[in-house]
Amino acid sequence: MANISIHEDDILINEQGFNDHFHEHHHGDKYKTNFLSHYVFSTDHKMISKQFLITGMFWAVVGAAFSVIFRLQLGFPEESLAWIKPLLGKWIVVDPSTGIGKLAPEFYYALVTMHGTVIVFFVLTAGLSGTFSNLLIPLQVGARDMASPFMNMLSYWFFFTAGVIMFYSLFISTGPFAGGWVAYPPLSALPQASSGSGTGMTLWLISLICFVISVVLGGINYITTVLNLRTKGMTMWRMPLSVWSFFITAIVGLLTFPVLASGFFMLIADRSLGTSFFLSDIFIAGQALDRVGGSPILYQHLFWFLGHPEVYIIILPAMGIVSEVMSVHVRKPIFGYRAMVYSLMTIAFMSCIVWAHHMFVSGINPFLSNFFSFFTILIAVPSSVKVFNWLTTLYGGNIRLNTPMLFTLGFVTLFISGGLTGVFMGNHVLDIQMHDTYFIVAHFHLVMGVAAFFGMFAGVYHWFPKMYSRFMNETLGKIHFWGTLICAYAIFWPQHYLGLAGVPRRYYSFDSFEAFKHFADMNKFITIFAIIAFFLQLLFLINFFYSIWHGKKMTNKNPWKSNTLEWTTPIEPTHGNWPGNLPVVHRWAYDYNKDDREYVMQHIPLKDGEVGDH
Amino acid sequence: MASDTLTHEPNTDHNTDNGDWQGGKEPFKASYGKLMIWYFLLSDAFTFAGFLIAYGTLRFSVATWPVPDFVFSTFPGGFHHKPLLFVTLMTFVLLASSYTMVRAVQEGKQENKNGVVKWLLLTIIGGLGFLSCQAWEWTNLLTKENMTIFNNPFGTHTENGVYLMGDGHDIKEGDSFTAGQTYLIPYHDGEYKPLQYKVTDGPDKDAVKEQIMGPKAFGGLFFFITGFHGFHVSIGIFLLVLVCVNAASGLYVKRRNGYEMIEKIGLYWHFVDLVWVFVFLFFYLL
Repeated sequence: MANISIHEDDILINEQGFNDHFHEHHHGDKYKTNFLSHYVFSTDHKMISKQFLITGMFWAVVGAAFSVIFRLQLGFPEESLAWIKPLLGKWIVVDPSTGIGKLAPEFYYALVTMHGTVIVFFVLTAGLSGTFSNLLIPLQVGARDMASPFMNMLSYWFFFTAGVIMFYSLFISTGPFAGGWVAYPPLSALPQASSGSGTGMTLWLISLICFVISVVLGGINYITTVLNLRTKGMTMWRMPLSVWSFFITAIVGLLTFPVLASGFFMLIADRSLGTSFFLSDIFIAGQALDRVGGSPILYQHLFWFLGHPEVYIIILPAMGIVSEVMSVHVRKPIFGYRAMVYSLMTIAFMSCIVWAHHMFVSGINPFLSNFFSFFTILIAVPSSVKVFNWLTTLYGGNIRLNTPMLFTLGFVTLFISGGLTGVFMGNHVLDIQMHDTYFIVAHFHLVMGVAAFFGMFAGVYHWFPKMYSRFMNETLGKIHFWGTLICAYAIFWPQHYLGLAGVPRRYYSFDSFEAFKHFADMNKFITIFAIIAFFLQLLFLINFFYSIWHGKKMTNKNPWKSNTLEWTTPIEPTHGNWPGNLPVVHRWAYDYNKDDREYVMQHIPLKDGEVGDH
Repeated sequence: MASDTLTHEPNTDHNTDNGDWQGGKEPFKASYGKLMIWYFLLSDAFTFAGFLIAYGTLRFSVATWPVPDFVFSTFPGGFHHKPLLFVTLMTFVLLASSYTMVRAVQEGKQENKNGVVKWLLLTIIGGLGFLSCQAWEWTNLLTKENMTIFNNPFGTHTENGVYLMGDGHDIKEGDSFTAGQTYLIPYHDGEYKPLQYKVTDGPDKDAVKEQIMGPKAFGGLFFFITGFHGFHVSIGIFLLVLVCVNAASGLYVKRRNGYEMIEKIGLYWHFVDLVWVFVFLFFYLL
């Protein structure tokens, strides 16, 4: 059965599969597309996933370029930046007497703000969840498309609109918002607070409200598709872990993004209508502002009610992708499938009740902090369940060390290294020391930034053949992996020490602090690796776009010898995914090396006496 | 995308019991459209929950809060001192429109086109009635009582006392009051004119004080939250008009899922009513 030919495979689906009358209806002949409806306003989930991915890539380059520019400032504060004046214009202030160009301090803040906003929302939420939920949910559960392809299209275009508005805000004369990606009032509530708090902040809010709409529209679709459109035999407990993770991520997003929207609506009212929801006791130039009775802490609660689950919205899909890719390339069933699902659920639930651990120094009641500390540290338990299950899956496997697998392994190491420090600062007593230092920066970049990127890369390398019917270049992929892994640790490992020494994050320059001067070399070191990392990602982009047109062609429908349904679809993608009947599922997704068979795809019927579930 | 017919033999899996979750069918026969509206409502509930939690936070962060029985006591036609009478009427109109909505869905199930249109029209009238009431209430608060989104003249006494001068509405010189009573600061010639009073007991006995403005958050939250709810009602009326026209044109007769659209809009409408129950509870009763 392991060597079942493509031909037999099609026969199997057509004989055993079930006819949902899809091709008898209006779709068949009428489904003629032109350029606009095929590439632009497409309702096909496969095309929408590519749109999400490529838009995400665009934003990843923008967000990463921002970080390189502010790393230049941090690493080489004495060097002239006059050479990027053609790009950044007045944000580089050139001293006319010496000719030395400096980054304007306000722009430094705008850069860190935009770096955070763009990477968190546009790249790691839309680019990751949007891409892979769209691509994989219908293909892996055996559906023709999303429940509502039209709403799916709207979801992308709201995301696109959010991106356009945010991009526009980069070019206005007062600059984009510069008060940090969390947009705490009063910096965000008073247009006069800083140069970016005026039009920049207005555009930031409008952009992110469009983004929330996009997430909600997408999330409703993902959940409904998973619940209602599974093919015959695809019980919930036979779904691949990737689908489980997208499903749970969508639920978390659906419940938390609206609360962020409430906060944003109230912020808009504060900015534009003159209410005082988040303002109290503000003095401007010695004058007390007549805006009292509000609570800036209230905003922080509303923000972090999304903000914390958001990091899980980012990491859960990566976890799902990693579980799936790992099992395929280790040629072993994932260890503890149900434990993996239950831990996903537990993490998702607990992520919603720990938000105030971002606020330990904001003046919330210390007794309340106990509660949030307790549950924060408790998340280590389901997270460890996942890590140990991945390690156990690796144990004794027949590992293929190709690029997707390497990124999977990279994800696990990064998740462990970054996750362990989370236990430190989840403790509110320790957090008071570490809060707002580089320790935090190092922690979240490793555990949800780089790790989520690694999950995404694993997914892109693994499913690229499904998206474009070609392969990406392995050599370039391996260079990309090793380079990025080394850079990730070189950048963020030293930052733990900076943070423990008390170096605060978000500072423009450390020159004037005697205590931090001796870190100048370390800052240089970090910046150099950040620049190398940036160019390595360009290598990935070259590989990606070159391979779309010139990569090695896929000749086998199932190149990875994987079990899941997406590899039963034709090499050239079609509308409705399967040309004839839908496959019927008889077993879970992880029958690798079972009874002397290397792999058994989900639609292969059970033999006499064989048990389909696990 | 619905899939309703299975053309092949039942498969031979050991655990196939044709339960709801076996795939190839919709669990609990809930169509994807209905699931989607339910999930949307779930997320919208979280938006409103965010607002109401903000309400709670701000309300309990200030010492006093205007007494609703005093604030909402006007009735159209110049009636005063009718606590909560008008809002009761509003609420009744809205809840009655939920009843007519149920009837519309019921007629839809029986595929009675005329019944659907009739009850939908009544629902639209109910929705419009509610919005009109809200418009009157807002106008009254904004123009007669001069509460705006950033100024709240409804203050509350924290001490017992007696007024020294009285040109406010219903307040005369020598009128006494007790702690916890809410007042409305008079407004003349574009300015709030707080009245003076003398404290009659407590540590500040005999001190002469002036009425102070009530918590700003009261006005802001009131207009913001009832406005956001009113916006939902408006969207609901727009959708109701849309489905009413569609139903009248016979569009749903031809559809495979019949009048399901009426049911989906109905779910939204009931949700908006339910949200009002909470808004009513927080602003008018507590």
